[in-house]
Amino acid sequence: MWDYSDKVRDHFLNPRNVGEIENPDGVAEVGSIACGDMLKIAFKLDENKRIRDAKFKTFGCASAIASASALTEMLKGLTVEEAEKITNQDIAEYLGGLPDAKMHCSVLGREALEKAVANYRGLSPVMLEGTLICECFGVTDKEIERAVRENDLSTVDDVTHYTKAGGGCGKCHTAIQEIIDRVRIQPMKKKQAMTNLQKIKLIEETLDREIRPLLKHDGGDIELVDIIDNRVLVAKRGTCAACQAFPQTLKEVVEKKLHEMVSPDLVVEEVVQ
Amino acid sequence: MTTLYLDNNATTMVAPEVLEAMLPYLKDHYGNPSSMHSFGGHVARKIAAAREETANLIGADPEEIIFTSCGTESDNTAIRSALASMPDRRHIVTSRVEHPAVKVLCEHLSKEGCRITEIAVDGQGRLDMEQYEKSLSKDTAVVSLMWANNETGVIFPVKTAAQMARERGILFHTDAVQAAGKIPIDMKRTAIDMLSFSGHKLHAPKGIGVLYVRRGTKFSPFLIGGHQERGRRGGTESVAGIIALGKACSLAAANVNLENSAVKALRDRLEQTILQRISDTKINGNTKERLPNTTNISFEFVEGEGILLMMNEYGICASSGSACTSGSLQPSHVLRAMGVPFTMAHGSIRFSLSIYNTEAEIDFVIEKLVPIIDRLRRLSPYWDDVKQSCVLH
Repeated sequence: MWDYSDKVRDHFLNPRNVGEIENPDGVAEVGSIACGDMLKIAFKLDENKRIRDAKFKTFGCASAIASASALTEMLKGLTVEEAEKITNQDIAEYLGGLPDAKMHCSVLGREALEKAVANYRGLSPVMLEGTLICECFGVTDKEIERAVRENDLSTVDDVTHYTKAGGGCGKCHTAIQEIIDRVRIQPMKKKQAMTNLQKIKLIEETLDREIRPLLKHDGGDIELVDIIDNRVLVAKRGTCAACQAFPQTLKEVVEKKLHEMVSPDLVVEEVVQ
Repeated sequence: MTTLYLDNNATTMVAPEVLEAMLPYLKDHYGNPSSMHSFGGHVARKIAAAREETANLIGADPEEIIFTSCGTESDNTAIRSALASMPDRRHIVTSRVEHPAVKVLCEHLSKEGCRITEIAVDGQGRLDMEQYEKSLSKDTAVVSLMWANNETGVIFPVKTAAQMARERGILFHTDAVQAAGKIPIDMKRTAIDMLSFSGHKLHAPKGIGVLYVRRGTKFSPFLIGGHQERGRRGGTESVAGIIALGKACSLAAANVNLENSAVKALRDRLEQTILQRISDTKINGNTKERLPNTTNISFEFVEGEGILLMMNEYGICASSGSACTSGSLQPSHVLRAMGVPFTMAHGSIRFSLSIYNTEAEIDFVIEKLVPIIDRLRRLSPYWDDVKQSCVLH
């Protein structure tokens, strides 16, 4: 039997915020019945742009129900910007911890939240990007990279606990190990002072691999114009050129990703060419 | 809170008579049956009596019984012994729905160079006999098929399968851990060479198992050491366990009719009422060729762990084939082999009864289960879709 905390038990037996919201501001559905859990969340903002109500429905085990219940409780009263800072670790901590093998329930919560925020902003979902690594559970390299990075995972078993990847036929274990090795080397590299050349290369790589595919999904694009110290100068292309929300995308998508992958000191600026 | 135990395929309560029979051998009569003094000799005679009681349950001779530590040890011993006695054959035939004690062992043996054929089952969990017959070859050393499935209770035609193996000079082993004590077994009327079962599934304690080896069958021991079990299993006997098992086997022999009448009636009552009162439910496994105490029911659109934990709040014990309860992320290999859809497999619950269950207990379970399923379905996004499509049509 799983060693669930009292809080998990409470949220499972008395789940909060079950249901749906009419005309939600943000809504998302993640997971599938084949994978064994599926979560649907929705939120509604008040006049001050704070989350007034959040609701969920889920198909899943006790910890999936508890994670969704906890997440909807945590969301209430937050702005969207505050809400999107919630990590899967925060959800697990709110519940007084989850068994290792059940951490994927908290990851599902975070994924649903992210997708709902993207839905609110009118962006396409972030999750489906990347190359499929685990065919049994439909997990991509990007999702695995992220779980490894954010939760400091070091073994294939860890990755399975957090993302389910590798929990089926086991064919992808070697590929998962390669991702772990790759991701875990990066922070070490970052700690050593980067040369200018390394920094430029990493910014270029991050733009090409992480950011531009997202924008292209909606027909948009950006081009790197120059890098001056910590200023990253970009020009808008495609549908981005006509998009009113572009300054926001620049801050919340482009700059955020560069902070995460390269350096928190970077500032992204738009140049008109 | 009282425990309402409907998980007897996992393990069983030690019968009061069994506990009473074994206790003196944990306290006063601690002699070693191999000793030359009468203090030990008394114990040896009790073991001989227990061996006879054990043999009687399955229609065997006492010298065909080897006491082991558990079902897994018996399974391992049988299959490895068969391979050892047929060194020029390296093919094993088994099924896709075996217990891990056989399934994982075979996967392990495939790494040691054995060729494994896992026979498929149909949607009702019945063995594909055509594939079975075709799979038997000149290279086949041993067949290992379970008598009854632990998850669904479906019974395999092991007697027919054993006869087909014997005609081809192939050894036949059956894992009868779930069958022993629940259905009549008479080894004199079968061609089965080896049979495994375990004490704790029939109201003896954990830690005692049985391997039947037909007289004349070549045998190679797994545990090598002293002369115990006539050199076929070294190691000082688990005296109290063996005596407990003997008592449990004689009780089981007396109660096997009860299993097939009273216990079966309770199981049917539980099953029928659930099907009537809860919509979108389905029985997994063939209901004709099935153990009398087992039912495996899928509740669509909900996940098994939630059901188990909510029943647990009322002291009700059962099992699930869902992924979340196994920790393996995939639903039970038995249900997957049967092609049970994921929506059904994740919401499967196994109830397994014993002679100690009562009608009042069954009614209590139904009374609690109906609102539990309703509550969990209200949480489920799939349930909405179903309800919606009902309205639209």
